[in-house]
Amino acid sequence: MSLATPIDDQSYFDGLVTAATTMLVGDEVLLANVSGERTDFIRLNNSEVRQAGTIDQRTLTVDLVEGRRHTAGSIRLTGERAIDDARVAALLTQLRDQRRHVTDDPYLLYNTEPTSTSRIERGSIPDPDAALADIRTAGAGRDLVGIYASGDTFQGFGNSLGQRNWFQSSTFNLDWCFYLRADKAAKNLYAGFDWDDAAFAQKIDWSARQVRALEREPITLAPGEYRTYLAPRAMEELVQLLSWYGAFGLRAHETKQTPLLRMLVDGERLSPMLTITEDTANGVAANFQSAGFLRPDRVPLIVEGAYANTLVSPRSAQEYGVPTNGATSGEYPESLAISPGSVPTDAVNEALGSGLFVGNLWYTNFSDQAACRTTGMTRFATFWMDDGDIVAPVDVLRFDDTAFHLFGDRLEGLTDTAEVLLDTATYGERSTGSSRLPGAVVGAMRFVL
Amino acid sequence: MTDLLIDSPTFEDRLRSVLPTDVDYASARLVDERAERLTVRRNELEPVFNEFDTGVMITIWDGGGLGYAATSDLSEAGLEAAVERARYWAGVTAGSMVTTVAPTDHPVGSYASPVEVTWDTLPLDDRIELLRQQSRLLGIDDRIVNWGASLVRRDVDQLLLTASRTGDAGRIEQRFRFVYPSLRATANEGVNTQTRTFGGHAFCGQGGAEVLGRYGFGDAASRVANEALELLTAPNCPTGVMDVLLAPDQMILQIHESIGHPLELDRILGDERNYAGTSFVTPDMFGTYRYGSELLNVTFDPTVPGQLASYAFDDDGTPAERQYLIRDGILERGLGGAVSQARSGLPGVANSRAENWNRPPIDRMANLNVEPGESTVAELIASIEHGVYLHTNNSWSIDDSRNKFQFGCEYGQLIEDGEIVGAVRNPGYRGISSTFWRSLTGVADRDSFTVMGTPNCGKGELNQMIGTGHASPACRFSDVEVFGGES
Repeated sequence: MSLATPIDDQSYFDGLVTAATTMLVGDEVLLANVSGERTDFIRLNNSEVRQAGTIDQRTLTVDLVEGRRHTAGSIRLTGERAIDDARVAALLTQLRDQRRHVTDDPYLLYNTEPTSTSRIERGSIPDPDAALADIRTAGAGRDLVGIYASGDTFQGFGNSLGQRNWFQSSTFNLDWCFYLRADKAAKNLYAGFDWDDAAFAQKIDWSARQVRALEREPITLAPGEYRTYLAPRAMEELVQLLSWYGAFGLRAHETKQTPLLRMLVDGERLSPMLTITEDTANGVAANFQSAGFLRPDRVPLIVEGAYANTLVSPRSAQEYGVPTNGATSGEYPESLAISPGSVPTDAVNEALGSGLFVGNLWYTNFSDQAACRTTGMTRFATFWMDDGDIVAPVDVLRFDDTAFHLFGDRLEGLTDTAEVLLDTATYGERSTGSSRLPGAVVGAMRFVL
Repeated sequence: MTDLLIDSPTFEDRLRSVLPTDVDYASARLVDERAERLTVRRNELEPVFNEFDTGVMITIWDGGGLGYAATSDLSEAGLEAAVERARYWAGVTAGSMVTTVAPTDHPVGSYASPVEVTWDTLPLDDRIELLRQQSRLLGIDDRIVNWGASLVRRDVDQLLLTASRTGDAGRIEQRFRFVYPSLRATANEGVNTQTRTFGGHAFCGQGGAEVLGRYGFGDAASRVANEALELLTAPNCPTGVMDVLLAPDQMILQIHESIGHPLELDRILGDERNYAGTSFVTPDMFGTYRYGSELLNVTFDPTVPGQLASYAFDDDGTPAERQYLIRDGILERGLGGAVSQARSGLPGVANSRAENWNRPPIDRMANLNVEPGESTVAELIASIEHGVYLHTNNSWSIDDSRNKFQFGCEYGQLIEDGEIVGAVRNPGYRGISSTFWRSLTGVADRDSFTVMGTPNCGKGELNQMIGTGHASPACRFSDVEVFGGES
């Protein structure tokens, strides 16, 4: 996958780990992970190109273990075996030297029962110049702003015990807005494995219609409580906040930092309509983690409003004396799913009646984490509805409310379908996270500014 | 682990030789990073982690197009392939760009972080023991349920080479040494969990081992632990409109979110509207808009020794210098590099920065500081009849125009009749940027002026995480909407 000479990254990684295994001394065990991508990106503003280019990168991370002592490190790979073998050798020498300075790690746990897997999903992605032409055609006469990213991403695990796991996919995503004016915009995402002109045209048409709805004179609502429909993308902001702060992780539970603390201490429950699952089988992330453990297809986290399980990393498993379920060290979901409800998706306007239709939330955080009181902003297409009809777009509003209301006593219903939402984040490298979420009708949501 | 490429004349010759001289402008930006991450959590050392990262970004402007190619394959063939890919992109984008302005300067210069005490004086065993000591001082009570001490060091060496068909060539070498110490204690009782830290993540900067002493790292653990415990029994922060005194480790967040981001010219130009957002600031405001009271003076200052985002050149090669952004409350200048300045016709600064070799430069904050005033902190406290003194940010949220904000802090102190009368927990406040700074009614003097940083500022598509520097004294704001929590 090098820019200079395309290589088979899976074979390359296998060869690197095999060679590194021959460098081990005594009873050393090697755990190795690789992640990488070759991504073409085009950044756009006002339907023109702001920046465009190609990122070609692969990172090898190794954990060198002897008994219960270990040290770890990472290097960027060049794609040239002679150079990379030498870098791995130098890294192992440094880690071996550092290991003399550390004590036994009581929480060390890695998989010692090798199970090798491989999953490769290849798509049909247009050449960048063709994609740019299609996108600019769609943006002609409009203010299109966003980013197109496409190409291969991969993750691999290998150890000196002979285990190999590989996950690779070729995907594209166009994450964009059509802007009407100031902060009034319709946001959309076209992503997948195979570019389809008709599907793209449908997305463009949906956005164009939503922009037209934004042309009405916006209204400013006073702070207060409003009946609200949270579209799947708005739900994503809320569940991501909970996820990132340990709502579904064992360590946050054991250390009382979970935002759902009241469920642990006070027996509080969420709505019986709410079932949350880490649904690896239906996600787009790898089903293995950095210590070599495979993930189960599904881990029920909240079942009908009550706690069921947490995500348990290998370190937490050792620390708290429970089995790991292959969670990452951060113990947050990568393929979170909320089970659909009974509100017909094509009749959410009628289910809402009069109130706020919130397409997106933005910049969520906690007002009081221990009470799971969250805050954040409405963004992009948010409308005031009257008896199921759009009245006007609404200027941005700040909410401040607890999940025990929004997902608890004030949750009136979930839509009967769940939308697949691919994570478009590219911090460090392209994310393989996703979620599968319905929309929610909430009887009253508190807005403060 | 390996020799630094920036010190290799052979590699520099290779990089120079592949850089094209038949284009309008070309650059090669090498980034060579080594990092060490040490953490002791609940008195147990977590795995020592070492990071080695080297790569190059090639950028080509030609014929009105612009292309990037970033690679960690630093062989001659790898670099040549990157050049060809960047050429390809310049060709594809010609005629489609938001701007066709290409750089023309070929600067030469260098920068190095000031290092007073090298890490040789604190070898690995001592670094680990220092963290173990701090951890023991944090875990002092059964109610403290989680605690930890960590130390991150990053050495980042950058080489920027430029060329063009004019035959001119530039060379900038910058060597950064970053230090990020942190402490954390979380206390719990029933449904109440409270966390106190060592300035959030803000006590960081450039330098060597002296950075630890600069912030009193070795003396803070007991205070951090005891304040976490104190918060368990403290009342919730009162709700109402009152005066607030923001400590420097909250001021930096206030500056960052409601001055820094709104003044970024790329936001004003619309580049960030699909992700980080736009700005309530419009181009016509520069030169006349009253951003804050007359007490507000804000500088972009990359020259502060040891501050997190000090440098001599930005990643486009523009020389960096101190500039006033807001003077006596009036908005003078935005945060935009050479490209944004050319696009907008607005005055800016040298702040075109990239997270790493694998991301192109965009407008970022660097060191953005509120200049000290003339009051002492004691005078500011004494001037408040009913209010709160807020320390250390722990929650931040602001709308996509950077206007309606709500921030939370770890630790509050109630002020009644000019005196601190006790701690309050879960303090928060909200406001609107475009008017909030006009309620600035007191700026403390240089005694409380603290130079800090924000290690993880996210922005951009592709997403980029970068460090920004902030320095501030304590500041008083009048008639602010304050609230407490429910736990």
